[in-house]
Parts: sequence; C-alpha cells; structure tokens
Amino acid sequence: MKKNKINGYLLAGLILFGIFLVMMIIGLFYTPYSPTAMSSAEKFQGPSAAHLFGTDNFGRDIFSRALKGGITTFGIALATIAIGAAAGTLIGAVTGYFGGIVDDVLMRLNDALTAFPSFLLALVIISIVGPGKKYNVILALGIVFIPSFARVMRTAFASLRDVNYITSAKLMGAGSPRILFVHMLPNTVHTLLPALTIGFNNAVLAEASMSFLGIGVTPPDASLGYMLSEAQSMFGRAPWYALCTGMMIVLLVFGVGLIGEGLQRQSREVA
Amino acid sequence: MKSAAKRAGLCIVTMLIVSFLAYAAFALISGDPAQTLLGTDATPERLEQMRHQLGLDQPFMVRYLKWLLGFFTGDLGISYSYRQTVWSLIAPKIEVTLCMALISFVVIVAISIPAGILAAQRSNGKSGLLSTGLIQLGMAVPPFFTGILVSWGCGIVMKWFTPGDFPGLHSAKAATALRHLFFAAVCIAIPRIAMTVRMLRSTVIGEMNRSYVRTAISRGNDRRGVFLRHVLKNSLVPTVTFLAQTMAEIVGGSIVVEQVFGIPGIGRLLVASISNRDYPVVQALVVIMAFWVVLAGTAADLINQRIDPRLRLGGGE
Repeated sequence: MKKNKINGYLLAGLILFGIFLVMMIIGLFYTPYSPTAMSSAEKFQGPSAAHLFGTDNFGRDIFSRALKGGITTFGIALATIAIGAAAGTLIGAVTGYFGGIVDDVLMRLNDALTAFPSFLLALVIISIVGPGKKYNVILALGIVFIPSFARVMRTAFASLRDVNYITSAKLMGAGSPRILFVHMLPNTVHTLLPALTIGFNNAVLAEASMSFLGIGVTPPDASLGYMLSEAQSMFGRAPWYALCTGMMIVLLVFGVGLIGEGLQRQSREVA
Repeated sequence: MKSAAKRAGLCIVTMLIVSFLAYAAFALISGDPAQTLLGTDATPERLEQMRHQLGLDQPFMVRYLKWLLGFFTGDLGISYSYRQTVWSLIAPKIEVTLCMALISFVVIVAISIPAGILAAQRSNGKSGLLSTGLIQLGMAVPPFFTGILVSWGCGIVMKWFTPGDFPGLHSAKAATALRHLFFAAVCIAIPRIAMTVRMLRSTVIGEMNRSYVRTAISRGNDRRGVFLRHVLKNSLVPTVTFLAQTMAEIVGGSIVVEQVFGIPGIGRLLVASISNRDYPVVQALVVIMAFWVVLAGTAADLINQRIDPRLRLGGGE
C-alpha cells in the first residue's frame, strides 16, 4: 500500500532537477540575450533585473551563457551515460547470466580498469583521441563509465539467474535474448536507476572538470566548466560570474543526487 | 605470509600490465619522436642519428623494457615541449603532489570517521535528514568551485597564502607553502569526506542490525562495549578498502585542484602535457599515478589480511 508514497528526498530532488530542466528547455529556444553578443558599455555589471546573473568582461549576459553552457554539460552527461549504461548493461547481462570464462576474463579486466582513478583514465583516453572536442569528451567519458555499470548490472543479472520465473520461462522454451531483455531487464530497474543517477552526476562533474582544465569542451561551445575557468580569472571584479555558474552545477548535481538517494530508499522499503 | 606474497605478486603483475598498456598506447599515437624533437626541416642524416640516439631503431619490446627500467634509473626519455629529460621535469613536482595528497588523506580520515560513526548512531529523524542533506550537498559541490571560493577568500582576502604563487617546500617560506597545500587539500577532501561518511554510516548501521549484536546485548553486554569491540571492528575491513579507493580519488582530484591553486605538482604538469601533446611526459605521469593507486590498493589488502584472518586464506566473504 505504501508503494505509491513518494519520499521526501525523491520529491526534493525532482523539484531541484525540474527547475534546472525548465531552464534548459527555455534555453533551447530562447535566451534573453545572444550568448556571444558583446557590449563594452555593459561590462562587469552585477546581477540585476536586466541581467539576472550579471555580465562578464566583454559585457556578455552570463545568464544566457549559463543556459547554453548548461545545455552542453547536460547533453554531454546524458550521452555519456547512454553509452556507459547501454554497453555496461549488455556486458553485465552476458557475464552475469552465462558466467564461465567470458565472465572471468571480462571481470578481471573490469577490476583493473576500476582500480584506476576514473578521471585519470578519461584524461588518458582524451589525450589519445585528441583534447578540446565535444564528441571526444563524450567518447572518453562514455568508455570510462562502462566498467562501473557492467559491475553493478552483472550482480543484478546474476542474482536473477536461478529465480523460479526465469527457470519456468526457460522451460517454456524462451530463448536467451528474450529471457535477458524481456524477463530480466525490467527486474533490474531497482539497481539500474540509482546507478544511472550516480553515473550521471559523475559524468557532469567529470565533464565540468575537463572543460575547466581546458581539455574538455572549448569555445565556441559553451560549457559550465569552461565558464568557471574564465570566471576564476575575474573573481575580484565579477564574483557573481563564478558564483552563479558554480551554483548551476551544484543545483543539477545536488538535485540528481537527492533523486538517487530517494530511489535507493524507496527500493529498500519495497524489498 | 604466503597470501601476502601472493598479493604483492599480483600488484607487480598489475603494474606491468598498466605500464605496458600506457607505453603501447602512447607509442602508437606519438608518431616519430625524432621528427618531433628536431622539427620538420631536419636532414635525413640528422634524423637517423637522433633515432639511433633515442633507441628508436630497436625492437618494440626492447624499447618498452628500457623505458620501464627508466623508472629506476631516471631515464624516461626527453620531453617534447620542455627539451629536458622527463625525469628532471617530474622529480621536483612529485613531492609537492605527494605532500598535498597526504594532507588531504589525513583530513579525510580525521573528519569522516568520527562523523560517520556519529551519523550512524543518529540516523533517524531530523539529524538523519540533516546528515543525508549535507552528504549530498558535499558530493554536489565540485572541488574546483570550492577551490575558486577558498583561494579568493583565504588567499586574496585573508592573505594566508598567495594563489598562483607557490613558494616551494624547501624555500625560506616553507610554512606558507604548507598552508597553500593545506587549503588545496581541503578542497579535494570535501566531496570525499561526504562519500566516506555515507559509506561508514550504512556499513555501521548494517552491522548494528546483525543478529550477533542483538544476542550480545540481550546477554547483558553493555551497548557501548558491543559497539566499540564488535561493530566498529567488523566495519573496519570495508572502511580500509574504501580509504584505498580514496587515495585514487585524491589523485584524480589533485589534477584539477592544482590548476585552481596554481600548485606546481604532477597533476598540473599532466594537464599541460596533454594540451601540448607531450607524450613522453604524459606516459610517465600516468604510470606513476597508477602505481600510487595500485600501491594503495595493495596496502589496503595487506592491512585487511592482518585484521581479518579469513582473508588470509585467499577467500573473501
């Protein structure tokens, strides 16, 4: 009966995430100013009704730029997680369900990869495929996120392997792909969803860090991380630049983090 | 003792694999180092001479083994962009990063272990809500953002250190240098403290709900004693493992935070070398950082084998 009750963490997270999402959707179609329009008369203005987040050293509207940057950061994190979750789930499903030598080999490789700091691994891949390009960032981060998903999903699939309804599906002649994706996958959702929120947050922070260092997304593409590195150099003149941009990242990661916390608690209550 | 030797052997094998992969990957993409060093207008004779000097005319495996030995002899090749040996470039920077990583580790352990135990004991009601909120917030604030705020607040306003001007650990202003490292270390530590508290809270709560705890208390042992002697001791193994992973995260965090605070460590050198496509430097740094992480993992396993005799038999739980 309690199943339909949404817990407080989930609700708070959804509200924060909702605020961010609404801003992004508006930003897709409309920004108050052009994010690249410079105006020498309006440089270093504090936050006001005309410029919500103030302006930077070129007189550009920071709010408009933060909307565009947020979209980039959000999009990259989403694409990264899509790669990591799809490949990770596939590997986890195959190794968890079939076991055997493939399982042993892939999981040893997985152990070696997860022992590495993920950020360092992402930097290695980005330096091999070439820094400073949007799609290379997605590729590098996507690959880095595969092992952690594979590990989590393997455990989930392995725990379902000998469950009665799977055995009966097998007896009724269902093929392996059907068992894996029709019968097992929907039942791993309690594992997958919290893993997705954690992965998403890691992806946002990793992309922002890379762009902050100047080897992730670089201009003309806007990114919250790159904006923060610009903001640092003018913190004395325009502290609102760093504060507003930083708070955008915090809003997104905090919101998604609370959603993850809420989902985990909910699945624990159901279990 | 046998299991410890086995673990040390595994550590060496992991290192060999990691170093080989790093060497092979960067050797594959770096093109012709002789050409890079001499520029495009070098004569063919000069190029040939340089290749011989760098040992590029030798087979791949020989080159790899020579490079690997370089970590002990200090011969890791020549940096493309700085035109000096990689070792002379890296050596002075290692101690800076190492010092910062250790400070950060001490801060994390000193704060998160008491905080985690406290959070486990008061996990219900308002204080539970507060600790969960703080944990999520701590994980949400990126270290480079706190870094910007701290380097401005404590550096420029309070003048406790000068951001971007690191005096060096052996200079007359070593105290300022340590202060500089301390603030950077705190920025790396914050998200990790949040994660450690979270892990510790759920481990301790999970342990307190086990039936042996209930039995011990029902037989008349006092709660405090059971908690200190049994619950905490049994929470130790996962905590040690987690702290080893923390070492890995500190390495990742230092790369970003060194940039924010202008600390001349290996993280900052790594970023600059990636931007400059200075592969010999990147190669060496990646292996050094990976070695640090693998070493931390091995140390954690060895410590856990001392704590929990079951692990000495080679099996886990």
